[in-house]
Amino acid sequence: MARLKAGDRAAFTALVGRHGGALLRLATTFLRDRSVAEEVVQDTWLAALDGLDGFEGRASLRTWLFSILANRARNRAVREGRSLPFSALGETVDGPAVDPSRFRPDGHWIETHAGWSEEDPERLAAGAETRAAIEAAIAALPDAMRAVVTLRDVEGLAAEEICNLLGLSLTNQRVLLHRARCRLRQALAELQQGAR
Amino acid sequence: MLTCKQIAELAAVYAEGQLDLVERLRFQVHLGLCANCRTWVRQLQATARALGKLPEPELPKELEAELLRRFEGWKAKQ
Repeated sequence: MARLKAGDRAAFTALVGRHGGALLRLATTFLRDRSVAEEVVQDTWLAALDGLDGFEGRASLRTWLFSILANRARNRAVREGRSLPFSALGETVDGPAVDPSRFRPDGHWIETHAGWSEEDPERLAAGAETRAAIEAAIAALPDAMRAVVTLRDVEGLAAEEICNLLGLSLTNQRVLLHRARCRLRQALAELQQGAR
Repeated sequence: MLTCKQIAELAAVYAEGQLDLVERLRFQVHLGLCANCRTWVRQLQATARALGKLPEPELPKELEAELLRRFEGWKAKQ
């Protein structure tokens, strides 16, 4: 941090190397337009440099960068009159996580869930086909679900941090996360069925 | 006994340890008896964990170069 404040280019490069990819991923989560997302990433880094004294080390550096980025993305979207994932976040989220048509009237599953040929998380993430399916399914999620599942499961933030970042209640955070996970599991299940 | 449909809804609350004791036991009893839900819950957890193992995207070289350029500009103003 001291090196960064002193204008050490190598320190900045190292920091960008460590957090740059994650910031860009989050920016594209908030703002689907890639070029706007890249601009917001640039603004975020400059705002972080200007605000280095404000980093108190209570949150991790990455979470602090994420909060700057979320604010910048929000302002950007408001300025341009775009809808943003945040717009849906304040609303009450209800309705079932899993499509009711997948259950019999007595509440049992209609289908039998077969075991997958691969259920190891590490190999699911590493396999080209499964990774592509996961990434496509994330991209297809509604904005609010995509933002929550990216922050929670992809980036590993705590529920409370996500609520602060997105202005969500804990309950809504949990509901959005659960729905997103259900959809992503379903995408992987369909991939496995297709492979059979 | 809880239905599969209820298990599908309660799985997130269960995973966060937010169910009260009675509900938690009912959830576990259902999972003990229902192989279909066991598979579903297991796959849901595997999916969530797989997300945390996704490789971080690389920063495009042009964006990295632009960031360094702006860093130099910031430094010059200090």
